[in-house]
Amino acid sequence: MIAVVDTPIDLEALVEAVRTDACGAVVTFLGVVRATSAGDDRPVDGLTYEAYPAMALAEMQAIANEASGAFSAVIAIVHRTGVLHLGEASVRIAAASAHRGVAFDACEYVIDQLKLRVPVWKKEHYIDGAAAWRANTIAP
Amino acid sequence: MNLSISVLAFARLRELFGFSARELDVPSGSNLEMLWERLVADRPDAALLRASTRFARNGVLVDGLTSLADGDEIALMPPVGGG
Repeated sequence: MIAVVDTPIDLEALVEAVRTDACGAVVTFLGVVRATSAGDDRPVDGLTYEAYPAMALAEMQAIANEASGAFSAVIAIVHRTGVLHLGEASVRIAAASAHRGVAFDACEYVIDQLKLRVPVWKKEHYIDGAAAWRANTIAP
Repeated sequence: MNLSISVLAFARLRELFGFSARELDVPSGSNLEMLWERLVADRPDAALLRASTRFARNGVLVDGLTSLADGDEIALMPPVGGG
């Protein structure tokens, strides 16, 4: 399951999409909206995400394929777009593998690469009413 | 002869250029830098963002010297912020 959606993401569906009877471990990752920004002192009260959907899906699929090959894992990635409030998940990843070590590694690989490569943009909205686009830093 | 292309602008570039998608005719032989120069001629405040902007042609990242072809979909992309 690779998708860009504008509604809340169902984590259980993500887990079911990757789990098979050969799996001993399913690792999930949620990126959630937090109240503080790495680039600004002002409290954040929400984010807007925008994607280039066709290219984002292709890049997410490429990353999933890389992780599958390197870690023998089954990967699902769903990124959300639109307006998100504090605590809501912007991205959910599930990685299933025979053993937990490779499932953790696969999940970490996917989120690190996603933040570097997938054409999605984030605008922070501050409590004072201002807003700013924020790029990811190179370090994961 | 002109080429018909569609240009997509995202995030801060969308706001600065004032469009998310637009159809444009450019002279045959144009490359992406020429397209960028034409767009910033109307929006000088966007010119400073050239260094951080990446181009995609039909969904594939390319450099500014890449030539345009009729029917191309060109994306103007600021540094990404997903996750």
